[in-house]
Amino acid sequence: LSRTIGELARDQWWSAVAAVTRLTGDLGRAEDAVQEACAAALVQWPAEGVPANPFGWLVTVARRRAIDELRREAMRAGKEVAAMRGLGEVSLPAEAAADPGDELSLIFLCCHPALDPAARVALTLRCVAGLTTAEIAAAFLVPEATMAKRLTRAKAKIRQARIRFRLPAPGELPPRLPSVLRVIYLIFTEGHMASRGPALVRGDLCDTALRLARSLASRLPQEPEAAGLLALLLLTDARRPARLDEAGDPVLLAEQDRSRWDRQMIAEGDAVLTQALRLGRPGPYQVHAAIAACHSTAASAEATDWRQIALLYSELIRYEPTPVIEANRAVAVAMAEGPAAGLVILDTIAHDPQLGKWHQLHVARGELLRRAGRAAEAAQAFRAALELEPSAPERAYVTRRLQELTAT
Amino acid sequence: VKPVKYLFLLNRAAGAELPESGTPEYAATMAAYGAAVEGMQKAGVLVDCAPLYPASASTTVRVREGEVLLTDGPSAEIKEELGGYTVVECADLDEALRWAATIPAARDASVEVRPVVAVQAPV
Repeated sequence: LSRTIGELARDQWWSAVAAVTRLTGDLGRAEDAVQEACAAALVQWPAEGVPANPFGWLVTVARRRAIDELRREAMRAGKEVAAMRGLGEVSLPAEAAADPGDELSLIFLCCHPALDPAARVALTLRCVAGLTTAEIAAAFLVPEATMAKRLTRAKAKIRQARIRFRLPAPGELPPRLPSVLRVIYLIFTEGHMASRGPALVRGDLCDTALRLARSLASRLPQEPEAAGLLALLLLTDARRPARLDEAGDPVLLAEQDRSRWDRQMIAEGDAVLTQALRLGRPGPYQVHAAIAACHSTAASAEATDWRQIALLYSELIRYEPTPVIEANRAVAVAMAEGPAAGLVILDTIAHDPQLGKWHQLHVARGELLRRAGRAAEAAQAFRAALELEPSAPERAYVTRRLQELTAT
Repeated sequence: VKPVKYLFLLNRAAGAELPESGTPEYAATMAAYGAAVEGMQKAGVLVDCAPLYPASASTTVRVREGEVLLTDGPSAEIKEELGGYTVVECADLDEALRWAATIPAARDASVEVRPVVAVQAPV
């Protein structure tokens, strides 16, 4: 029962922190107070039953805690805290309901572009998704004290520089939305393809990102990019059950058991994307989602429409003119027209000093060279990839390829 | 002769924080600054002064090809040096950042937007 109570409290976390931030005007204070209210809920709800309005209960308790804390601070400083008077006057109706405006204000605050990108991710996981500092630290493989410091510093900046808790005006939305989408996407990719550490997929982070993307899309129905992100995550995450073999090693997309893909998620992702595209304002997340849809809806690897994927990557370069996208386009072109055509593109970007440090480029080159029958060069590319310290499962995969090449 | 205005840039150890309000250290720091300020005030040379929040509360604004780019913290560009100052009073950081982006320095190099601690103006 305590687990379900915990989940119930966490489901209310975003709305509760948002409401208390509005009431107290301070994110750090709100987060502490809601944390205490959730702890109280874990004790009281099993004994007294879950309240009819869990959100109202949590906000009322959290608000009381915040007032108590302000009072203690005022006594310590030996003076009246002006904010306290205002806080005391705010009364909360018994039938209080979560306010989507508050919830959006909170995520836009945590993803403010004046904050350090890594801090945006951490703040969003803490204040919006309700992960503990220890969980976030574990997810990003940093010591808990380091993560705690990152969060404290970000909250201090919000307070000191006065980044306000408010909904962006309609005109502000276009420049502000990408940062929110990016934070959710980064949470997902960190879970989907862990950049470091022994585990290649961290499912809890994928689930969190999906939950956030779903909430955001439902709160911003007129923003096709919010829907595009949701579609992208659904279409990609649907492949999760087939991405690793029993030993935990990654399975190439072409070799995955497609019967293990989550058909329901693919259908939902496809529907969300179709609806987003209907709004007639394309953007990078919609194009990424369209590419994911090409893969996820193909009956087999051979049936994949690589020509369409190559076209979509050319489209994507308009939004993200990066060598990484160009490298992905090269792979798609190679699939559509043969490895030689792909290698022409890859070789022109392989000299980019930044991209040279990207192990996936060398893996991709190795694959194309192998398929073109240029074994010695392929082995060289795979060895270059190994030198760049890929994650353990990727290392295992590349090593296997290398052994196959040197064995023949 | 017309007097010249001078800007004093008060340095402190990176990451150093003010002593906590209410402690004897805080009172001692305030008294020491108060004495210096009072001296300048009595001599009629003081224009304005205030402490700043730490550099970690800064946002650096750059405008490149018409696009406003924000980064957390002060500029790390060693080829830049302080070239001027502007003090504005705004409702929040967003408003301050909008004005900062209108300054030519944001296009040529960068503008650091650092919040000023609200203190009682010297009487």
